Amino acid sequence: MSARSLRRHVTSGLMTGLVAALSFTVVLALVLILGDLIAKGASSLSWDFFTQNPVPAGQTGGGVANAIVGTGIVVGLAALIGLPIGIGTGLYLAEYGSGRLGWIVRFVADVLNGTPSIVIGIFAWTWLVRPMGRFSALAGAVALAALMVPMIARTSEEMVRLVPQSLREAALALGYPRWRTSLRIVARTALAGIVTGCLVGIARIAGETAPLLFTALGNLNFSTSVLLPMQTLSLQIFTYATGPFEEWHRLAWAAAIVLMGLVLLLGVAARWAIRQGHGAAR
Amino acid sequence: MTTLPIDPATTRDAVLPPAPDPASPWRALRGMNLGDRLYRMTLTALALVLPLLLLTLLAELVVGAWPAIKRFGLRFVWTSVWDPVAGVFGAAPMIFGTLASSLLALLLAVPLALGVAIYLTEFSPKWLRQPIAFLVELLAAIPSVVYGLWGIFVLIPFLRSYVVPPLRAALGWTPLFSGVFYGSSLLAGGIILAIMIVPYVAAVSREVLLAVPANQREAALGMGATRWEAVWTAVVPYGRAGLIGAMILGLGRALGETMAVTMVIGNRHDISVSVLQPAYTMAAAIANEFTEAVTDLHLAAMFEVGLVLFVITVIVNACARLLIWRVARGTAVGSRAL
Repeated sequence: MSARSLRRHVTSGLMTGLVAALSFTVVLALVLILGDLIAKGASSLSWDFFTQNPVPAGQTGGGVANAIVGTGIVVGLAALIGLPIGIGTGLYLAEYGSGRLGWIVRFVADVLNGTPSIVIGIFAWTWLVRPMGRFSALAGAVALAALMVPMIARTSEEMVRLVPQSLREAALALGYPRWRTSLRIVARTALAGIVTGCLVGIARIAGETAPLLFTALGNLNFSTSVLLPMQTLSLQIFTYATGPFEEWHRLAWAAAIVLMGLVLLLGVAARWAIRQGHGAAR
Repeated sequence: MTTLPIDPATTRDAVLPPAPDPASPWRALRGMNLGDRLYRMTLTALALVLPLLLLTLLAELVVGAWPAIKRFGLRFVWTSVWDPVAGVFGAAPMIFGTLASSLLALLLAVPLALGVAIYLTEFSPKWLRQPIAFLVELLAAIPSVVYGLWGIFVLIPFLRSYVVPPLRAALGWTPLFSGVFYGSSLLAGGIILAIMIVPYVAAVSREVLLAVPANQREAALGMGATRWEAVWTAVVPYGRAGLIGAMILGLGRALGETMAVTMVIGNRHDISVSVLQPAYTMAAAIANEFTEAVTDLHLAAMFEVGLVLFVITVIVNACARLLIWRVARGTAVGSRAL
């Protein structure tokens, strides 16, 4: 092997090592973050943490029951508003989306997907908080719904597009009208994929904080009224992390574990759903 | 696929976009009965929500910002005084901080993300591919506020004790690393942002590299290139536009990121070239000041900050999409949420 050839092969080996090292650096960052979460938060997880409401600043103890329930309500309401619109838009794009309107909707969905979530917060503030005269969980839910619709629309479209054309033709040949073909045959075949997309979308908005800052606002007390300010885990973490008390920091880490656990759970459910779908297709 | 023999006059529907694809039986069978029409109308109405949302969003930002636009004009983006009491607003430091932190993040994230993408598509053993891709994607699942928490209590102390002292010893004489380090800083913000955008840039880069035809690689190898040479001279240049698109997409994410940055960047309304100094971003300013705006002009200024942020991210994202489409045309690369 000539010196030149040797050099080239050594370079190749070194660069391979470098990209591998870079990859493991990224994985290491994840391990460090998750490790710190568990190291700093796990010891604060207790029965009280899940069942108690926050205590006044400076006192020890207390939990985040109000934030856990609040996250459920705000995210659930957002899903209730956002999922039908998102899935409907996705079906439209897949079934009728080859024209100009389809192009526009697709482009708008991509633009909105990249829009900063805090700007969506301003949107909800203008249309709900200002007219109503107060912050509310509903406004927060609308902001989160606006965030998830473009995402769900695009994933649903992709999933529906994967359904073979022959399946449609078969249903139409049997005399099914198109709307029933679309709903009973096409959408049902793509169901696992659509569910996965929805779960991923919900997981993403569950951790959102910025659009809730001036919509749901946060609430120190337990509240289930959607017309009043409501606490969520993400808002609670923000308040506690930036606050001055040691006790708050401790609770922030614990709340972060809960939030992270919720997001991961939704992610695992999404993976499980798509696997179910693949199994059925085979 | 054959088209069913149906009179074209009855298959036309006034609402529909022109030029139907003659190959699709779906289109030929259009508009036959009430159920189909209702179905189509419902879906169209739902699909119209998004364009409507974008229009109202834009209109509302412009209307809300109008008093500030009228009062300050272009001075708003060029001047640095931000005094709510005196009613003078110049957003230059926020715009600078937004761009600086995002570019710093990009600088740190691109080598990492590109490394991941190249390693996963070209070099990694098969059994490692899925686990690594999964773990990198997991970074995108961590909520922003959790990154912020980690930034405050882990990253900043770590920077203070282990990174900044040697950095200043070596490069303290340059303006980039001058001044006292308090913790919250452009550097901390840039690093957090970098970790946050790596999964996005890596995922899109990977899809771009996977879309490069295998014969590019094979041709280079066949001419005697080493494996790295094949990647670097044949595969990467082929996907260059898409890779740049992936980076710009990452930039777009970084520009609009709010919580994590707000928590670690220091929120100081000032322009400083030193990465060790605190800074401010547009998103952070909205997060901090929006509910505290007391005067109408202050609120209008916040709307204008939102408008500027929105316009910048829309432009950046549009550029990214165009570049990615050029490589991976027809697929929804990058628009899929991770």
